Amino acid sequence: MPGMDRLNSVLRRVPAWPIYAIAAAYAAWRFWLAVTGQLGPDPVDRLTADSGTLALQMLIAGLTISVLRKTIGLNLLRYRRAIGLTAFFFAAAHFLVWLLLDLALRWDQILADLSKRPFVMIGMAALLLLLPLALTSNNMSLRRLGALRWRQLHWLTYPAVLLAALHHLIGVKVVTAAPVAYLAATVLLLVARPALMRRRS
Amino acid sequence: LGLAGFSPARAAADLTPTPKDAVTSYNNFYEFGTDKEDPARNAGSLTLSPWSVEVGGLVERPGTYALADLLTGLTVEERIYRFRCVEAWAMVVPWNGVPLAAVLEKVGIAKGARYVAFETLYRPEEMPGQASPILDWPYREGLRLDEAQHPLTLLATGLYGESLPPQNGAPLRLVVPWKYGFKSIKSIVRITLTADQPPTTWNQMAPEEYGFYANVNPAVDHPRWSQASERVVGSGLFGGRQDTLPFNGYETEVAGLYAGMDLRQNY
Repeated sequence: MPGMDRLNSVLRRVPAWPIYAIAAAYAAWRFWLAVTGQLGPDPVDRLTADSGTLALQMLIAGLTISVLRKTIGLNLLRYRRAIGLTAFFFAAAHFLVWLLLDLALRWDQILADLSKRPFVMIGMAALLLLLPLALTSNNMSLRRLGALRWRQLHWLTYPAVLLAALHHLIGVKVVTAAPVAYLAATVLLLVARPALMRRRS
Repeated sequence: LGLAGFSPARAAADLTPTPKDAVTSYNNFYEFGTDKEDPARNAGSLTLSPWSVEVGGLVERPGTYALADLLTGLTVEERIYRFRCVEAWAMVVPWNGVPLAAVLEKVGIAKGARYVAFETLYRPEEMPGQASPILDWPYREGLRLDEAQHPLTLLATGLYGESLPPQNGAPLRLVVPWKYGFKSIKSIVRITLTADQPPTTWNQMAPEEYGFYANVNPAVDHPRWSQASERVVGSGLFGGRQDTLPFNGYETEVAGLYAGMDLRQNY
């Protein structure tokens, strides 16, 4: 595919750092709107929903990268770290909004939520699975762990995204198209990847 | 009713109304969409006049009443009530309306009536949310007759001294301040008195999560979140939470309705 080769060579000159910059600027802007009362009368709810959805969307975007490469030859691998870290950043923001602004450090309620509500526990598990991935998303960790062990560790992405999509779906009051679509996309990507690996080998 | 000394004014003591723009821009009214902003955005096209209410079942004077006829002779009062959503957020709303009891008296409660069932308008061409089967339309709610006759129970026609905006359930909605907001059914077109407990929308949809009574109760959690506290809508990003009160602060007035009942069982 000469067209794809040309696209890939163009992309080689596009750096990944703007992803971090855009994510940080977007988060700062939303927070500013919330602080100044421009996110509606329940800014906590808006920040919670938006950060969670964005984290899930970024996680799913991260999963599509290897599938895009194996199916249509589009090489976005160099952006995967930035996308993954951005996903973690929004997931962590989602958690902090819940902890600090929504439950406002009411520890009895927080601990009750974390110990008896599957909806909250599943979301927390997803975040905990993402934590070691975020911490090792640097070249030093890659060298230290070795490529194989690093890659094996990062397979945790798959259960993490699945749990995140599940958390989103069971968190809604009525089931609309979006949460179902996120879960379906996640499952599809989880199935697609090993299938594509087998086909190649 | 044994409520000597009760006055609506007392129910309003110490309550600061939530700003009107918050009350009218942050709504759950799935007939117009599932996002909180959807009703304010989509409800403007609702035809409010003519509006009639079909009153039937165990009543002495059944019939289809034009809204004005249903309310004629009754005095519209202001009631400043706490409003607590089952999603754990809260507001204070200055409603205008008439006691439901007065309307029931007008149509005459027939012997054997024990419950009051309500239905929201079903008009998909004006209510875009009804195009998707997220709920079993039309929306239905119900009260036990004694709850319906309680002096706190209001049929609201306005808020902040003006007509109800469509997103808040114009032209006629129920307000039961000691129950979670979903009981306070909007845009009512049918009132039916029944002998048996009527089916209600959220209870049918998820009986483990939403009971028929749905009394505000900090001691009984929703399966997915605690009901012990609530976010105060309009209090800003750092507003934090306040403790939720039993019966949403109306315990003195209404606890007697549930004497001897297990409120954990009858959530």
